[in-house]
Amino acid sequence: MDINLNDLLRKYKSHPYEDHQIKVPHTGTVRLHVKEGQDVTGPSGQWRHRPGTLLYVLEREGNPKRMTSKYTGTVAELRTELEGCFVQAGEPVMVIRHRLNKEEIIDRILREVLYVYAAPQRARYFFTPEVAVAIDKDRAKAFNIRPGDEVLIMSLMKRDSLLAYDGPEGVLYKVYFKHGDLIEQGAPLLGICAPDRLPFVEKVIQRIRTEWDD
Amino acid sequence: MDQKRILDSGKYLNEFADRINYLADIKGGLEWGSLKELLQRVQNLRSNMFDLREDELFVELDQIDRRLEYMEDLVAQDLSPIEVVNIVRSPQRFTLQDILENCYDSFTELGGEGECNIDPAVVVARATITRRVKNKIYYHQVMVIGHEKGYGEEFRNGGCAKPWGNEKALRYMKVAETEGIPIHSYIFTPGAYPIEDYPGAAQQIARNLFQMARLRVPVVAFISEGGSGGAEAIGLADIRLMASRGYYSVISPEGAAAIEGRIKEGGKVPRELVEHCAAQLKMTAEDNLKLKTIDRIIQEPPLGARRNNFGFFKQLRYEMVRATDEVVLQTKSFRAFRSYALKRQGKEKDNGRTFNDEFDIHIKWSLTESEKKRLVELRSRKYRALGKGYKELRQSVLSRLGHAVESVKQNYYDIRYGLLRQHSRQVQKLIEEVSSEGSVFLKTVTEPVREAYDFVFPKPKVANGINQYDPLRKSIFMQEWEQYISPLANEDKTVSCPNAEKYGCKDLWVPDLYGEFSGVCPTCGHHFPLEYQWYLENLFDPGSVREFNQHIISANPLKFQGFDEKLKKAVEHTGRRSAIITFDASVFDIKIVVAMLYSDFRSGTVGSAEGEKFIRACDRARTTRRPFLAYIHTTGGIRIHEGTLGVIQMPRCTLVVREYIDSGGLYIVVYDNNSYAGPVASFLGCSPYQVGIRSSRIGFAGPRVIRETTGADVPPDYHSAKNALKRGHIQGIWDRREFRKNLFEALMTMGGPHLYYK
Repeated sequence: MDINLNDLLRKYKSHPYEDHQIKVPHTGTVRLHVKEGQDVTGPSGQWRHRPGTLLYVLEREGNPKRMTSKYTGTVAELRTELEGCFVQAGEPVMVIRHRLNKEEIIDRILREVLYVYAAPQRARYFFTPEVAVAIDKDRAKAFNIRPGDEVLIMSLMKRDSLLAYDGPEGVLYKVYFKHGDLIEQGAPLLGICAPDRLPFVEKVIQRIRTEWDD
Repeated sequence: MDQKRILDSGKYLNEFADRINYLADIKGGLEWGSLKELLQRVQNLRSNMFDLREDELFVELDQIDRRLEYMEDLVAQDLSPIEVVNIVRSPQRFTLQDILENCYDSFTELGGEGECNIDPAVVVARATITRRVKNKIYYHQVMVIGHEKGYGEEFRNGGCAKPWGNEKALRYMKVAETEGIPIHSYIFTPGAYPIEDYPGAAQQIARNLFQMARLRVPVVAFISEGGSGGAEAIGLADIRLMASRGYYSVISPEGAAAIEGRIKEGGKVPRELVEHCAAQLKMTAEDNLKLKTIDRIIQEPPLGARRNNFGFFKQLRYEMVRATDEVVLQTKSFRAFRSYALKRQGKEKDNGRTFNDEFDIHIKWSLTESEKKRLVELRSRKYRALGKGYKELRQSVLSRLGHAVESVKQNYYDIRYGLLRQHSRQVQKLIEEVSSEGSVFLKTVTEPVREAYDFVFPKPKVANGINQYDPLRKSIFMQEWEQYISPLANEDKTVSCPNAEKYGCKDLWVPDLYGEFSGVCPTCGHHFPLEYQWYLENLFDPGSVREFNQHIISANPLKFQGFDEKLKKAVEHTGRRSAIITFDASVFDIKIVVAMLYSDFRSGTVGSAEGEKFIRACDRARTTRRPFLAYIHTTGGIRIHEGTLGVIQMPRCTLVVREYIDSGGLYIVVYDNNSYAGPVASFLGCSPYQVGIRSSRIGFAGPRVIRETTGADVPPDYHSAKNALKRGHIQGIWDRREFRKNLFEALMTMGGPHLYYK
């Protein structure tokens, strides 16, 4: 087994954050608008059209640019010494530290250990009737998939096509889509777990769910 | 009797509760007077009714009745405009359904019914209305079109017509025209539902107005709640009646207050400000009658008619029949009969008698072809005379001389393009027919005739100019363009393109951007706004712009408090006296007439002066047989400070545009920057050729109004020209740098052989 359970958990326990380093995109004078430890939010709204918290203003040639946060988190490693200074492009100004919650960590681990079968194109997806019955009956975890198995139906413009699974053999661990939903191209459809990794994955998930404090 | 009173006590108590709630609706809550206490008394009486002795119960009922009557009298004595608005908004007010049931003898709803409807806010019905003449009943068929608010039915959207609802109304207007039956339209709307989905709120209202302008059947409108553009969608009528407790306004008092008080979205608008705006907007029936935006008022009970005021419905029926008679009689050529008939019918009113069903004569509502023509002419005359809230400056002797020259010019054009043109066309047609049928044999015969014809009617010089057009010789990027540099280019700084994140656009040095790049981002093509002078200098042939009608200036006809100062500021800021510039100009030697709404003066809002100048420009284009360009640098809609005098510009201007287009004119609308609301929903949106300049925004209501009205958010690019093109609202998107070239091409390609300028 190439992934060590304890290492993985230790990694997330010691630093349960996702750090986004904020660098200035071009030269200019920096005026900071946040303080160390301040909570900031990323873009919001249905179309993410409302900008996030104003982090700093970068001014070059009389053109002040409002640089807003793209992430939700807390300001860390703020370089207050840059206040009012002219900086070069690529200079780090601060880090936005986003604390990962239980579900985000599970999702990350699953993406590391599962094989994700993605939607080949924008369409509606269904399980084939036999697969749907089998999943319903035996629950997803016991359902084995081999390459070449016709598991999904892709429905687009009144035309249904059978999709043959072309990933590694394994157990269907996670279904990322709702039956009949319109799925964008590249979005995950199925998470397939190698049979030998299954107990390990279940154990990790179990431990995170019970031990992790959100 | 007493036994009956006991049995009816429950009914009385319900009625009392309704009356109390109605008063609370009007006064904005139960806090006024002792309404709360009175309602409590009614509720107590309802629960203890059977514990009381008969006489005690009657005494109590009488006391409450008397108290309520006193309070109703008190409220009715001094109704403020906002209270009139509250009356209209009360769920107890009559709706179109009540009118259909009480004023018409039978009706069949068309285009859906109740909730099963393309738009439940718009009701269309084929109905029968009767008149009694000396105990004989006569039936009239009419098409009833109106808004239905329902009694709080959610699916009605409070009477806000969606674009497809207005489309339904238009469809059945055409049916009525085909069948030759009058239209009775009932306006009960706080405004149109502001969505851009096809056919589009603004565009559909514009189409409705465009069609109604020349509808060949009598149209009588009745206004109870006239909310701006939504009301106009079915309100262009030959006679406009209004309920005495109705309102007709350019904007809701709350909307006006939010604008006047600069209230941020989601912020609470102070009640006093709302009341103040309601009074300033001059929205009541009396105000509108004074402003002549309506023809007559139909009296309601002092506190407004409710569902059970059957007397009012009787009167309304009489008035609708009488108004239709009046429209029909006006078209008749036999004037003596016309005046006699109208006089006879008005007699009852003069004598102060209550209205009854009796009419003295029967008038048929069908019209002959010549009468239909006269009907449309009268409608045009009526609307042209309305909404004159502007000022005319005294003109100098030179200007008056100019007027005399104009009038001579007009006579010249009448002869040149009227008499001679007609003959010219007929002769040309004859020659073409003859020469095409026997071209070989008759060529020898027609050739000398054609030569003689060409000698008498020489080809216009313009055509020669066009033939000689050489794009290289007259490059739009060469010498002419270098003459004008935008003052925006004078700053030594850079700006960022709003699309920088998406397309990686580099920062732009302002002198480059507003100089060489004509305000266009060289990476993504985003158009930065430019001042209107840039277009005046760069779009038209140098020195060809000749402004006219500068003496018509914006005023404050409603005496809207604080507006005089705002107007003064706008004049100082721009050096101009209205938000529109009308001028003659030429594009590559093609002479055109232009109306330009620009942003600097009150955000390009349209009031009486702007409407009048637009109408005169359109008429000038018609007289001089030239294409008419409406270039909209920016328009923020109808100017709220002019109330319904502003709103009336919508049908007025559309009617004139319709006449221009019908007479063969080419009307092109070009939107730039921001174009919203009333003008787009009328005289701009009705153009068959509408184009957007890149990065412009076109729509009915802005995102804030949409959010506040519908409760749903809209994407940031909802009003973009690209989306307007996708929805089919406009026919193309032009780059500013190619505006001149594209306009020339449009004039050449959209103008066929029958257009004036050729």
